[in-house]
Amino acid sequence: MKALCWEGVNKLSVEQVPDPVLRNDQDVIVRLVAGTTCGSDLHLIGGYIPFMRAGDVIGHEFVGEVVEVGSAVRRHAVGDRVVVCSFVGCGRCWYCTNDLWSLCDNTNTNPGIGQALFGADTGGIFGYSHAMGGLRGSHAEYVRVPFADYGAFTVPDGVDDTSALFVSDSVPTGWMGADLGGVQPGDVVAVWGCGAVGQMAARAAILLGAERVISIDRIPERLEMTRRFVGSEVIDYTATDVGAELRERTGGRGPDVCIEAVGMEAHSDGPMHLYDQVKQQLRLQTDRPTAVRQAIHACRKGGTVFVLGVFAGAVDKFPLGAVINKGLTLRGAQVHGQRYIPMLLERVAAGELNTAHLATHSVSLDEAPTAYDMFKHKSDGCVRAVIRPGL
Amino acid sequence: MAVPPTKKLFATAAGFTAAVFVLRTMAARGAEPDDVHRWLVVTVQRGPGDLQPDKLPTPLQDYGDRIETRLSPAPGDRGTEIAVRFRQPPPAQSASVGARITGDDPRQGLRLALREAKSLLETGEIMRADAPSTTRSTPGGKLIGLMSRRADGEGVL
Ligand SMILES: NC(=O)c1ccc[n+]([C@@H]2O[C@H](COP(=O)([O-])OP(=O)(O)OC[C@H]3O[C@@H](n4cnc5c(N)ncnc54)[C@H](O)[C@@H]3O)[C@@H](O)[C@H]2O)c1
Ligand SMILES: [Zn+2]
Ligand SMILES: [Zn+2]
Repeated sequence: MKALCWEGVNKLSVEQVPDPVLRNDQDVIVRLVAGTTCGSDLHLIGGYIPFMRAGDVIGHEFVGEVVEVGSAVRRHAVGDRVVVCSFVGCGRCWYCTNDLWSLCDNTNTNPGIGQALFGADTGGIFGYSHAMGGLRGSHAEYVRVPFADYGAFTVPDGVDDTSALFVSDSVPTGWMGADLGGVQPGDVVAVWGCGAVGQMAARAAILLGAERVISIDRIPERLEMTRRFVGSEVIDYTATDVGAELRERTGGRGPDVCIEAVGMEAHSDGPMHLYDQVKQQLRLQTDRPTAVRQAIHACRKGGTVFVLGVFAGAVDKFPLGAVINKGLTLRGAQVHGQRYIPMLLERVAAGELNTAHLATHSVSLDEAPTAYDMFKHKSDGCVRAVIRPGL
Repeated sequence: MAVPPTKKLFATAAGFTAAVFVLRTMAARGAEPDDVHRWLVVTVQRGPGDLQPDKLPTPLQDYGDRIETRLSPAPGDRGTEIAVRFRQPPPAQSASVGARITGDDPRQGLRLALREAKSLLETGEIMRADAPSTTRSTPGGKLIGLMSRRADGEGVL
């Protein structure tokens, strides 16, 4: 079959690879209907997540049709239209049973790597390096889904493929930021990043009753899209002083909850950016935490900062003093998708949550390398390029 | 995607640095040599009443009398702690970095058996990596391949 493979830093190509096969009784094989580009992939492609091998298939946000089921699968049958969570959870370890699915104990086939990097291994994720499980990704004609009874969800009839697609990863990630960030009715929430993840975090904050939600980015099309489809206020961080602007809009308090949806390759115009970039390129720090720093400074005393953006290692000039002296709660997580996906599919079906606008481009697998290039450079208004192997 | 060669070099070097860091951490967890007689422990999400030391899944059963096994309830309803170690402690040099990179530390096999037993008790299976492989051999890839092969027997457990 055809698949999109990582070939080296900033090098993707479409290759012929062997079809996946059932490896465990609780697996299913899914025929891809659509997959999409995620900001997390950019960190892989750029070489910031080092545990990739030439020929690794990437992709982790997808929807498809079940074409083969293992003998122990109970909840799915051939023909089911399913959206699959990006992280694989076994459903029965302590973490899964406590709804902390991305921390699953049983789905990372290389636990020693994560344990050395972080002190403990994470659950496995599709197509996201040998440190994060070593599973094949979904930008292919077929993908094997382990523990499918827990990670694959039947798409309700009224929900189209494109709307369901984002419920795999970006929508639950955004929702988790608002939910575990503790957004309450009456809160003012600020969200850094207007990619799919940031937009969905802002939408979740609104649905959870926030009084005001303010989204921050620099890309005009994304700011406009967020204002129009998500309904939050926006700030262009290149046009103003974000901290001052947030103080002005929050009666001098600062936002109650700050959600960071930018990640390790954050951009900035300030002098710190050059410093961060040099240190990152020289590997004196692995990540550029510009937006995290800003969120910590802007957050009101006693507020919460939730980091959704992916970071891989160590950061520099981390304002720990602000965290302790302002009494902040700092939290982060990879997506606990299984916790939210059924509820999110219902909300999409009920029309409360629009996701289809995120699909700015639709391409075939052959065009996927070009689509990633466009997504990386945010050109042509690209927010999420949908890759359809059937095209 | 055109990348300036220096950037590519940096990124490749970065991958390498991180990989070496992980190998070192995997192989040398502290300044002190590892205590070869320390218990290896996992917690399984099963009630203490569900498990018996002599009826644990095959990967551990296969060790027979060569290991000691201890079961105890985990605090706060977190399941059951399973602790194992070799009755006859392996020689101290088996904990050396070299032995661990070549896969000659017998505790790697025991650690793997313990993880597999946990997975079998919790889920009824041991999740296997995808096959056949889609990757091609490159120097960086070989290093990651080595780490992946060692990774299931290494770790902080
Ligand atoms: N926690 C999880 O499970 C999870 C899941 C999916 C994605 N992610 C992460 O979330 C982040 C966002 O993902 P995405 O798919 O929306 O990516 P994206 O690349 O589409 O969007 C990132 C946005 O951040 C903006 N940005 C850059 N620097 C900024 C700054 N200093 N201040 C404000 N905005 C800035 C960019 O202009 C861009 O619009 C990534 O780091 C990704 O890895 C995490
Ligand atoms: Zn993602
Ligand atoms: Zn689990």
